Amino acid sequence: MKVLLSWLREFAPIDGDPAELADHLSDLGMAVEEMRVLPPLDGVVVARVAGLRPHPEADRIQLVDVELPGATGEGTGGALQVCCGAFNMNEGDLVPLATVGTTMPGGLEIGERRLRGQLSQGMCCSAAELGLGDDAEGIMILPGDFELGAPLMDQVGLAGDVLYDLEVNPNRPDAMSVAGVARDLAARLGVPFGIPSPTVGEVGEDIATVASVEIVDPDLCGRFGVRAIADVSIGPSPLWMQLRLVLCGMRPINSVVDVSNYVMLELGTPNHTYDLALVPGGHLGTRRSPGGESVVTLDGTEREMLPGDGVIVDRDDRIIGISGVMGAANTEISDRTTAVLLELAWWDRLSISRTSQRLGLRSEASMRFERGTDHELVPIALDRFCELLDRVTHGGVSVCRGRLDGRGDLPPTTRVRVRPARMSHLLGRSFSADELRGLLDPIGLQCTVPDDGALEVTIPSFRPDVATETDVAEEVARHYGYQRLGRTVPRSPEPGRLTPAQRLRRELRRVLVGAGLSEAMPNPFLAPDAVRRAGIDGAEPVRLLNPLATEESVLRPSLLPGLIAAAAYNSSHRNDSVSLFEIGVVFGAPSARSANGGLPTETEHLGAIWAGGDVGDAVHLWDLICDAFGLDASLKNAEDLGGMHPVRAAEVMLGDLPIGIVGEVDPVVSERHGLTERCGWLQIDVESLLSAAAGTAERPYQVVSTYPSSDIDLAFAVPDSVQASQIGDTLRAAGGSELRSVELFDVYRGDQLASGTRSLAYRLRMQADDRTLTDEQVAEIRQRCIDAVEHTHDAVLR
Amino acid sequence: MNGPDSDAGLQTLLADIDAARSHGLAAIAAASSIEDLAHTESGLFGRKSALGQIKQGFGSLPVEMRATAGRALNEAQQELRTAHAAAADDLAAAARRTQLQREWLDLTETPPGPRRGHLHLVTQTTERLEDVFVGMGFTVSEGPQAETDWYNFEALNLPAAHPARSMWDTLYLDLGERTELGDGEGGEASNVVLRTHTSPVQIRVMEVQPPPIYTICPGRVFRRDTADASHMPVFHQLEGLVVDRGISFADLAGTLEEFTSAYFGRSISSRLRPSYFPFTEPSAEFDINCVICEGAGCQTCQRTGWIELGGCGMVHPNVLTNCGIDFEEWTGFAFGFGIDRLALMRHGIDDLRDMYTNDIRFLNQF
Repeated sequence: MKVLLSWLREFAPIDGDPAELADHLSDLGMAVEEMRVLPPLDGVVVARVAGLRPHPEADRIQLVDVELPGATGEGTGGALQVCCGAFNMNEGDLVPLATVGTTMPGGLEIGERRLRGQLSQGMCCSAAELGLGDDAEGIMILPGDFELGAPLMDQVGLAGDVLYDLEVNPNRPDAMSVAGVARDLAARLGVPFGIPSPTVGEVGEDIATVASVEIVDPDLCGRFGVRAIADVSIGPSPLWMQLRLVLCGMRPINSVVDVSNYVMLELGTPNHTYDLALVPGGHLGTRRSPGGESVVTLDGTEREMLPGDGVIVDRDDRIIGISGVMGAANTEISDRTTAVLLELAWWDRLSISRTSQRLGLRSEASMRFERGTDHELVPIALDRFCELLDRVTHGGVSVCRGRLDGRGDLPPTTRVRVRPARMSHLLGRSFSADELRGLLDPIGLQCTVPDDGALEVTIPSFRPDVATETDVAEEVARHYGYQRLGRTVPRSPEPGRLTPAQRLRRELRRVLVGAGLSEAMPNPFLAPDAVRRAGIDGAEPVRLLNPLATEESVLRPSLLPGLIAAAAYNSSHRNDSVSLFEIGVVFGAPSARSANGGLPTETEHLGAIWAGGDVGDAVHLWDLICDAFGLDASLKNAEDLGGMHPVRAAEVMLGDLPIGIVGEVDPVVSERHGLTERCGWLQIDVESLLSAAAGTAERPYQVVSTYPSSDIDLAFAVPDSVQASQIGDTLRAAGGSELRSVELFDVYRGDQLASGTRSLAYRLRMQADDRTLTDEQVAEIRQRCIDAVEHTHDAVLR
Repeated sequence: MNGPDSDAGLQTLLADIDAARSHGLAAIAAASSIEDLAHTESGLFGRKSALGQIKQGFGSLPVEMRATAGRALNEAQQELRTAHAAAADDLAAAARRTQLQREWLDLTETPPGPRRGHLHLVTQTTERLEDVFVGMGFTVSEGPQAETDWYNFEALNLPAAHPARSMWDTLYLDLGERTELGDGEGGEASNVVLRTHTSPVQIRVMEVQPPPIYTICPGRVFRRDTADASHMPVFHQLEGLVVDRGISFADLAGTLEEFTSAYFGRSISSRLRPSYFPFTEPSAEFDINCVICEGAGCQTCQRTGWIELGGCGMVHPNVLTNCGIDFEEWTGFAFGFGIDRLALMRHGIDDLRDMYTNDIRFLNQF
């Protein structure tokens, strides 16, 4: 929302340093995104085109004899001579002339110079060159009544004016108008505010004879005001109005459209004009569409109406506008228009919002209707329109007597009980009833004090967002000043802490980092085929309904696609042999029995990948994790796990519970991603891991024996069908409490062994807590271990 | 027996002892290795050594001379033993040094060993933030990333068709069941969204935990935004929630100020400006002094001296009511800001997308 300081001043005597005013605006919640002080440009003056001559040496430049009182130059008859690249002016036109020595808004300094041999003693300016709009095509042609030789900015009333670009929050419909911003600022500055009453000279017929209004759906339209204006002649609006519109971001079109926009900016009341000649009987009706009808809007597009959309119809039920969104082409104002029907309505906010969003038509008007306009301004804004149109139309217009004022359902006036104690409680500073009143009255929230000490606050129609005591608290805080409210720090009765799982998750990350892996954060959105490309089969992944791109249209069911893509990205950038991990959520379709309200399943996984690594890296990391958390887990060799090397993968087991996968990525999958090296892979269900880790977190101390220990080595010939970990388990079980450790230290395959068989060598350490084991006792444990292995498995001691 | 004879005999004896001592010291000093020194041992301390022999002659001495001569002999012997031990230490040390000199290495010729990995910048930043808030008495809460419309919007005072829903570009999930929500896309919407903020976690906390509540909700959030230098469709937020008796707007301002100086340092302070969020009232924008210029005004802060950090406000009574909390008895505040942006600011990263390339040359810098 752009506002000019001079415009604000039409509602309140606002004075002060522009920057300080900007601070006030921001502090009131209308953040100033940009402030522009319009330069006085004293050197740019009103001059007259006395003559036009071709440049002898150039086709695209002409020579202009410029008449400026008190100045003589090289031009015909002693006028100034200016070289000019524009050809839109005629002899006698008044134009802005930047005289020699002027610094333009863009920083250019005007000097006397020669263009292709011809002297140029100044510059004729376009609006864009003066910072007064986007029009850079032609020279600005000034109104004939401007004073020759006077500084232009004085003549257009903009010298020293300030343009503020405000960010207006959705809960501030009042601040979508110059008047509303002025009201807030005046209250802050303690100066009076008022909307001047427009003066309308009613000279035409009674409006009832030329127009009528019908509200079919009162819940759609709360108020429908109409004025009729005759003797309209369409032409350009005056320069001062055009400049205000341009500076506030609107394009001047013609007098009627410009006045319409001007009133909307000024009072926050969007309005619409119809060519009266095209509206049979001047009848305007409004209703909700049942659907199945369409209308060609002002932009030339045919729009289908859906049930519930608000429309404006004529006597024959023909649609002549979409309520609050856009008018129809069939009743549009044109150059031939001589009489105008002016509509100023109050629409239901949600209806307008729904229709404008659905049609993708977000206009300055719909934006204001969606936030809520002020229905009490309807008659004032109607009159303001007439007043302005009369002023800007050469010879004036004839305004019909009276207004039509159709009424539907308007929101009732809200009254809010405001307890000073509650205000003090919410804002952390004690406010008396009088203080509250002093803050609220100036912004139109009228307070009365009944006997019980609470205020009764009547909410004005321009603040539909204020409905409760808490809303009033925000107004109090805003006008008292957020920065002036105190600062205290509340103390939690409980100490702050992480949960055990959160602490262990941090620990897990540190174990991974310590093991040399870096943390990646791949996109959790995947292309639909990325899952299959990673070799993962199973249920369909969860799809997005409105993805930005197909490449990001499903939720990952596994961390593998993201991490392998990250590894491949690094490999393709010559970052060889990266090892990465991620701890993140994977998604699955909601299960029928899920207790989470039909939400997709979310499981937190750890994924780790070693480009150029192998299954050994993955197993070592898993051992490290088990060691860090005191876990007793096992691996179960498994073939054909999705995405994994067909015979180099195992399930990670916590007891009987599979909690992950360790192995190598299927080389087919790696190659598909452009990775030629092997890739080690580890994937663990983090919740299962951490809950097991939490279970062992407070494990009791095992006394360290002070007696000597004995080591023996045992090697077995074991067929490949038996996992080494099974031999280890059997040894541990058979050895009993005095077998303290079992370590696989050598694996051998070779000629001395049958094919499909390997030698597994274990080092066993034996120790007792209360005595030194004798040779006989050691031998006994050893024999027990050998017997158990040979008996349980198809294994032979070597 | 006494007189000059016995005196002279004693003097001779003492001179012999002294000569043996000097001789012994010279022999010790002459040893150039542990082995040499070992060879001197019997000559110095054995029965046949000079001092040993003198000692053997003591038996024939008169009693009155024996005490004086014995003392001199013991002193000489002690001196030799001390000198011998010292020489042994010195020679052993020299031998050891010689041996170690042969183990000389250029330490810079060591090939690189295993490296430590690096936590992602987002994780590092999140943990730093969590630590600050835990120190201020907060717990850390988590919740699902896919949420129902109720948790992401409705419970937060954003009923269906609320115009403010357009403040978030929402990603919906296709779970087979669709309802028309008017999401601004002109199409259907499902009932399940990817959370657009971590506020749903606040609702879940309030549903199960009776006040007082002091918690933060860091986590991943999603928006239907095209990736550019300052936007990602997937990013991270931290929100905070306090619900207790007597909580005021001043408590909000004070808590944010304490956080600001704890996280950014004492030279950085905060300010609140009026703003609008459907779930808070009063609502505020939360600014901090520009961390680059510390408030003096620079390019980063567009010469204002301030940077917008996030939003905050007093929890809206409707939100408390939706969670079954009596808003007359309990009041609260909430705040939220982006984690990713803090990481960018701390390290001077211009483009948010760089943080998500997973390029090891990025990851390993931090």
